[in-house]
Amino acid sequence: MDLKQTTLDKIDRLVPRYPDKRSAALPLCHLVQEDQGYLTNDSIEWIANRLDLEPINIAEIVTFYPMLRTEAPGKYQVRVCRTLSCALSGAYKTCKQFEDAFDCKVGSTSDDQLVTLEYVECHADCGRAPVVMIGEKEYTGVDSEKAADLIEQIKNGTVETE
Amino acid sequence: MSVEEQRLILKYADEPSYTNDIACYIKHGGYEELKKAIQLKPEDICKEVLDSGVRGRGGAGFPAGMKWKFLDRKSGKPIYLICNADESEPGTFKDRQIIHKDPHQLIEGMMISAFAIQAKLAFIYIRGEFFEGYKILERAIEEARSKNLLGDNILGSGYSCDIIVHRGAGAYICGEETGLIESLEGKRANPRIKPPYFPAALGLYQCPTIVNNVETLCDVKHIIAMGAKAFSEIGTPGNVGTRIWCVSGHVQKPGYYEFPCAAITLGELIYEVCGGLLPGRKLKAVIPGGSSSKILRADERFKGKLKDGTEFDWGIEDIPMDFDSLAAVGSMSGSGGVIIMDDSTDMVEALANINYFYAHESCGQCTPCREGVPWMKKITTRMCSGNAREEDPQMLINIADQIAGRTICAFGEAASWPVQSFVSKFRDEFEAKAKEQELLRKQGLETSKETTLI
Repeated sequence: MDLKQTTLDKIDRLVPRYPDKRSAALPLCHLVQEDQGYLTNDSIEWIANRLDLEPINIAEIVTFYPMLRTEAPGKYQVRVCRTLSCALSGAYKTCKQFEDAFDCKVGSTSDDQLVTLEYVECHADCGRAPVVMIGEKEYTGVDSEKAADLIEQIKNGTVETE
Repeated sequence: MSVEEQRLILKYADEPSYTNDIACYIKHGGYEELKKAIQLKPEDICKEVLDSGVRGRGGAGFPAGMKWKFLDRKSGKPIYLICNADESEPGTFKDRQIIHKDPHQLIEGMMISAFAIQAKLAFIYIRGEFFEGYKILERAIEEARSKNLLGDNILGSGYSCDIIVHRGAGAYICGEETGLIESLEGKRANPRIKPPYFPAALGLYQCPTIVNNVETLCDVKHIIAMGAKAFSEIGTPGNVGTRIWCVSGHVQKPGYYEFPCAAITLGELIYEVCGGLLPGRKLKAVIPGGSSSKILRADERFKGKLKDGTEFDWGIEDIPMDFDSLAAVGSMSGSGGVIIMDDSTDMVEALANINYFYAHESCGQCTPCREGVPWMKKITTRMCSGNAREEDPQMLINIADQIAGRTICAFGEAASWPVQSFVSKFRDEFEAKAKEQELLRKQGLETSKETTLI
C-alpha cells in the first residue's frame, strides 16, 4: 500500500498526541481512507501494524462505523439523509430523483462508476431539510429543482465536493 | 410574554459582520472570561457552575455542576475533559451552529471547564459528517494556541492543557457518553455499564473523565461572565439559562431559536416564532426533544402536578418550553430537537422512519436491543408495504416494553419510547391500517400504497 507523503506526515504527527496510541485507530482509518478511497485488508493490516495492534482490532471498527468503506466508491459519493425531518421535507422523493437520473439503486454504485448513492442517517441540519452530501460538501433544501441542478453538475463534472 | 429571541450563546453568531476567526471573537470581548477564570481557584469555578444550576444540554438534563462534583480527584490519575460534539439525535442541529459560527466560544468554555476540573488533556469528539466543522475547529485551536490561550502554561498561569479534535465515523451511539469514550479509545462504541463505569470515576483510559455537551460548555463561559446568581435568574428555578430550540418538519420557518427556559410555550414557538404551519394544514403531533422523546398528540390534554406542587391543565400549545414542563407532560426536552408534524403525516410511516433509524444504529451489544429494535422496524416496515397483520400494533408495544430498562445504555429507552408513545397515542390509526390491509388481502386486492416517509 502506497500512502502519500502528506498522509504519512499527518499520521506521524497525530499518533503521539494521544496518551494511548490505540486512540489513533479511528483517525488513521479516516486518513488512510481519504488517501486510498477505501480500506482494504492491506490497509487494515498496515494501520494495525502502525499502532501495534492486531488486524482484528482495526477490522472490528471498520465494520462498525458506517463512514468507513471496504469497497471503492464511485467518483461522486452522494449521501441522502432519510431520517424523519428530512423525510418530512421530501427526502425520499429527492433520493428517487437521484436513483432515476443515474440509473442507480440507493445503496449501490452506478455501472459507469460515476455515483455511489447511499441513504444516511440524520446529519444534524434538520432546519434546512432535505440534506444531501456530495463528497464532503453538504447541500441543503434539496427539493426537486435543486436536485436536478446537482444531477446536472455531477454529470458535467462541475459539482463541488468540499 | 415576548416572542423576540433572547440570545446568549448565539448572541453574535448570525450578525452579518461576525466571523469565526479569533480576531473577531476577541473584538467582541472573547477570552476575557478565560483570563478571569485562571485567576480564580479551580474549586471556586466548580462551585459557581454548581450554584448556577445549569443542566446538561445533551439530552438527559443532568446538573453539570453535580457531574463535576462526582469527579474522583483522589485517584491520582490524570483527569480528562471531553466535549460531546457528536450531535446525532435526529432533529437536533444547535451544536453545528456554535461550531461553525462561533468555535472560539466553545474553546473558551472548554478551557475554563478544563481549568476548573484540572484536566490534563481535553478532546472534542465531533461527528464524522461535520467535515467543515472539523476544519473550523482545527483552525480555531491553532489560532488559540498561537495566542497561548491553550497549550503549555496558558497565559503564564502554570496550567497547561491541549485540545484534540477527534472525528467520529457515523455511529449514533457515540453520542452516549460511555460509547463515546470507547470510541475515543479506538474501539467499537459499545456503551459501558454504570456502575461501575461512571465516567467521573472510570472514564477515558479508566481515568476520571467529564463529558459535557457543546452548549453546556458554552454556558460555563457565561456563568463565569455573569456569575452563578445572575445566570440562575435566567429562566425559572430548576430550568436555568437559555435553550436553543431546533425546529424542523412542517412549519413555515424551521430553524434554531434561542430563548430563556420557559420563556415561551410550544404554541408560541410553532405559531409565532416559526410562522405557523403550511397553508391549510392542522397540527397533528410534536416530538419535542429529538426523535427518542415521546410524541405529543395535538388534541391531548395534559394534566398533573409540577415538581413544586402546582397543578397544570394544558393543551399542547400551552406547554412551557423547559426541562420540567416537558417532563411533566410525559416527554422530555432532550437535546432541543422539536419535530413538527401536520395532518398530512401518516403516523405509521413516521414511526417506520424512526424505527429504521434505531435498527440501523443499535450497537448490537445487548440482546433485547440488537434483536428487538430490528423486529420493531420489520413490523412497521411491513405495515407500510401492505403486509400489516391485525396483531401488529399490540406486538409493537409488547416488544418495546421488553427492551426498555433491559439494556446497558439508554438506547433501549430511546428506541422504545417512540414506539410506545406513537402506538398508544395513535392506536386508532395503527389498528385501522392493520385491519384494512388484512381485509384487502383476504379479498385478494392490492394492499400496498405509495409511501413518503419510508
